[in-house]
Amino acid sequence: MTVASHDAPVLAWESPPPLPQQRWVAAARTALRIAAQGLGRTTSGLVLPLLVLALWTTASQRRWVPEQLLPAPALVWQTLQELWTSGDLILHLGYSASRVGWSLGIGGSIGLALGFGLALSRTMRAYLLPSFNVISQFPVLGWVPLLIIFAGIDEALKISAISIAVVVPVTLNTLRGLENIPPALLEVGKVYRFSPPQLLWRVLLPAAAPSLFTGLRQAVMQAWVSLVFVELLASSEGVGYLIVWGRQLAQPDLVAAGMIVIGAIGLLLDGGLGRLERRLQSWRRPAY
Amino acid sequence: MQMNINLRAWTVPAALLAFWWTLTAAGWVDTRLIVPPGNVLRVAGTTLIDPVFWQAVLFSAARDVSGFASGALGGIALGVLLGTSRWAERLIGPTFHALRQISLFAWLPLLSTWLGYGEGAKLVFIALSTLYPVTLGAFEGVRAVTRHHAEVARVYCFTRQQILFRLILPAAAPQIATGLTLGLVSAWVATIGSEFLLANWGNGLGNIIIKGRAAFNVELIIVGMLAIGIVGSLLNHVAARIERRALHWQPRH
Repeated sequence: MTVASHDAPVLAWESPPPLPQQRWVAAARTALRIAAQGLGRTTSGLVLPLLVLALWTTASQRRWVPEQLLPAPALVWQTLQELWTSGDLILHLGYSASRVGWSLGIGGSIGLALGFGLALSRTMRAYLLPSFNVISQFPVLGWVPLLIIFAGIDEALKISAISIAVVVPVTLNTLRGLENIPPALLEVGKVYRFSPPQLLWRVLLPAAAPSLFTGLRQAVMQAWVSLVFVELLASSEGVGYLIVWGRQLAQPDLVAAGMIVIGAIGLLLDGGLGRLERRLQSWRRPAY
Repeated sequence: MQMNINLRAWTVPAALLAFWWTLTAAGWVDTRLIVPPGNVLRVAGTTLIDPVFWQAVLFSAARDVSGFASGALGGIALGVLLGTSRWAERLIGPTFHALRQISLFAWLPLLSTWLGYGEGAKLVFIALSTLYPVTLGAFEGVRAVTRHHAEVARVYCFTRQQILFRLILPAAAPQIATGLTLGLVSAWVATIGSEFLLANWGNGLGNIIIKGRAAFNVELIIVGMLAIGIVGSLLNHVAARIERRALHWQPRH
């Protein structure tokens, strides 16, 4: 023991021996870290939700909070199950999914066309890009009241509003992706005397793919946020409407169930797109 | 040359304006639905000298800035915590990323159940909308602090406070700034959105527009839309300027 401490190099700036209190804190921290590592990533991530769930259950059992404000977790679960078995959930999800699908189709094609046009034609860029930049500064929400006047509060409103939300990120990312293609790649295409379709499929699209995918990903997320907003504002079906309905009936369990569904779909969309991106990019061998 | 570019940029808006004017002047469309540009200009004139309008703009801006400030502080704190402490990241990170997937506006009904329809729910909502991007920015910034810098700090025997204020925050500043910029955009969207959705309560730009819609006052809606865009881009402008000034010591890449 003493020998070991003599052997250790005594450095001038070596920190003083820890106080007993500090040592205890350090030990506790190490223990926590080891516990967290032992639990593994998934399990340690579950600790906080489980704690919250336990607190929530206790709070609603002991009636710390009135039932109108905080529904029991069991009730929320039951509501979710009822929504599922009655087919209501699938019905509302179907409405929402078709809105997002149409908007992604319409807004995505407009955005792609606009992005390609702006990137490839200098004239178009000079005429349209300044206006586009100004318009894209306006939040999509600002459009909604005007769209309600023109399109009513039916499907046309939802699809047009969500399409606007999709057009902006798709256009910007398409433009950025095409602009950032190294000129050397285009020169190689020229050397090989590629025809325009070959140039598109063999050079432009693969080189711009990461950016195009970023655009798609942002577009899906924007579409999802805008969908919920529009459904909360003016709708009689869809997942957003489930929440409004629950709010109007003063049924917080329905509100919570709607939020859980929305969160789960968001998680699925994000995870699915991330996985798809990795798969599409697998041919790329990054240097770093 | 400069003149030429400017002219081309103005062609499309001018053409659209002319088209709009012709449509309404010739009476080809229902002018209650597609209002003449002149009317919009007139309503804009009366609105801009109306103190009620300015009061609403002021209310919205104050709501936006205070929600943003609290969300930004919380986001920087959370991001630094998640970035510096590995077990905080393991414990809180997954929950944070899962909650982030709940589309923002879905929170509003729940928040209004808990906090009522007053300022409380809106402020918490705006702060929440800021929290996500700022946390992510701060987290990435902290993770980008290099080992060399940390070693220098260790050699100088920095205290915890010094490490935070002299090492981590300055090194993470560019990413935090990016997060703050994104947060500012989403705070403004959240401000207007919450005013739209809780239109019958409180005062703000969003409330004025929704009331204009209820009264079928298309001119007022257009003026309001423009005001939303202008206030939003003004806020972004000011933020960009502050960012440049605050980060002028950073080497540009």
